[in-house]
Amino acid sequence: MSPVDALIRRHRLRAIELLPWIIAVGGYFAFADYLPLGSQILIMILFALSLDLVLGYAGIVTLGHSAFFGVGAYAAGIYAARVSGEPLSGLLVGAVAAGAVGWGSGMVILRTQGLALLMLTLAVTALLAEAANKASFVTGGADGLQGVDISPIFGVFRFDLFGRTAYVYCLVVLFLAWLFARHLVHSSFGQSLIGIRENLVRMHAIGSPVRRRLLAVYTIAAALAGVAGALLAQTTQFVGLTVLGFQRSGEIVIMLVFGGVGRLYGAFVGATLYMIAQDQLAKMDPEFWYFWIGLLLVLLVMFARGGILGLLDRVVRR
Amino acid sequence: MMPALETVGLHKRFGALVVANDINFSLEPGARHALIGPNGAGKTTFINLISGRLPPSAGHVLLGGRDVTLLPQAARVRRGLGRTFQINTLFRGLSVLENVALAVAEREGRGGDMFRSASSRRGALEQAYALLQRLRFAEDALTRVQELPYGKQRLVEIAIALGLRPSVLLLDEPAAGVPSAESATIVEMIEQLPPDIAVLIIEHDMELVFRLARRITVLVQGRVLVEGAPAEIAADARVREVYLGERQHG
Repeated sequence: MSPVDALIRRHRLRAIELLPWIIAVGGYFAFADYLPLGSQILIMILFALSLDLVLGYAGIVTLGHSAFFGVGAYAAGIYAARVSGEPLSGLLVGAVAAGAVGWGSGMVILRTQGLALLMLTLAVTALLAEAANKASFVTGGADGLQGVDISPIFGVFRFDLFGRTAYVYCLVVLFLAWLFARHLVHSSFGQSLIGIRENLVRMHAIGSPVRRRLLAVYTIAAALAGVAGALLAQTTQFVGLTVLGFQRSGEIVIMLVFGGVGRLYGAFVGATLYMIAQDQLAKMDPEFWYFWIGLLLVLLVMFARGGILGLLDRVVRR
Repeated sequence: MMPALETVGLHKRFGALVVANDINFSLEPGARHALIGPNGAGKTTFINLISGRLPPSAGHVLLGGRDVTLLPQAARVRRGLGRTFQINTLFRGLSVLENVALAVAEREGRGGDMFRSASSRRGALEQAYALLQRLRFAEDALTRVQELPYGKQRLVEIAIALGLRPSVLLLDEPAAGVPSAESATIVEMIEQLPPDIAVLIIEHDMELVFRLARRITVLVQGRVLVEGAPAEIAADARVREVYLGERQHG
């Protein structure tokens, strides 16, 4: 096999890549009582996946990714409350609104790098959170957005009390988003993002329009995060100010780091384990559970630099 | 013949420090030209001014007769300007083949392709591989750059630049940090560059300079001291003074 074929082959779908989907479908039947948690997990996976494009592939260190999650959630929520309860157009509204905010803020902040960029991503989130708080006539402010009423999907599949429809809905959306993200990271565009992460100076020197590429991926990731936010708004039929908070931005970074950055599946592993750990720890130790999350993170970062998937890699290679 | 690269009155100041002082320089197509000078003479600054990493304080840069002074780096690369770096500036986590393919994809304007992924990736990889074969570097195609010995990493520096199919190639100390005994493969690679590329080499290793260059420019304190054929430069009393003087100081 020529080296070219060997590299192209890496882009082909491997059997192991179907594992998350088998687990997700199996989970639907095995944990019928936990489907609302399952939907939350799927949403956080999508959110983490969008962050991975920015942080893991393009190397943009951000602590403001919840801005886009929040904009997507509010846009879809307000659309449902004021315009139409149709869910698919609601997702589109969430994606477009978040993508637009991603593009607009990216135009300004992606001129900077490193610490300055990190600060600016935080600032954008803070601005939006404060704006959502002030604009209580549309957002409901601190009380949250009420009256989010979602119609059945295709006019047929009603959102039920047990969260069955919601789970399947989230799963299908996540699957499509994953197909898209997978295609993207294996494309020439995706490779150029890795190039930017690996060596910015050299990308400039080979004539790459670096800032345009960064803006493109930032916008795409923002739109995907917006879809995740829209899913949350639709499946919980509520939007609160926490969707835009720092805490959510931080948490999603933690989830991704847990799983492994820049490998597409870190989002799946990290978000799932984090959400389950949070659920279980909060039950066992309601006052103190965040301590255990912190401890786990310290251990992972110290002893397993590539997250759980990085750890697995090393075990398999041995 | 129109020069492949020309600078007219190129000037660069950092505060009170003048690092490029009225440099008039021209590089013919197919040239093998060396730029030498003591440390701090402004050689790398000169490369950065030509490639667009630094804006000049005054003067012009012309590529193939067109003024590119105001163009950003990427636009100059599209007009045929390739460069390497004195300090390895590579995609360390990627294989040699992928390193070169990134440059090929950008040259073909396909670096931003999101949707025709398979065909555009294959095209760039195959061209990159053919280049590596020509450079007799194909056996390392799948090795990650960070796992290569340092001397071979220096070759990747050049291979990436060649992936751009430049008409002007700026080599910033291609053998920097490589022991003289091991620099033979680097010299070989440079000797086998396509004859129509105009090559400007910055180098400290005089043996290498006199082996590769057909013309030499000596830069001292940001100013061109003298330009001429290697024999003239070797015989020039001022060059000896600057150069041997420096060597004695260490």
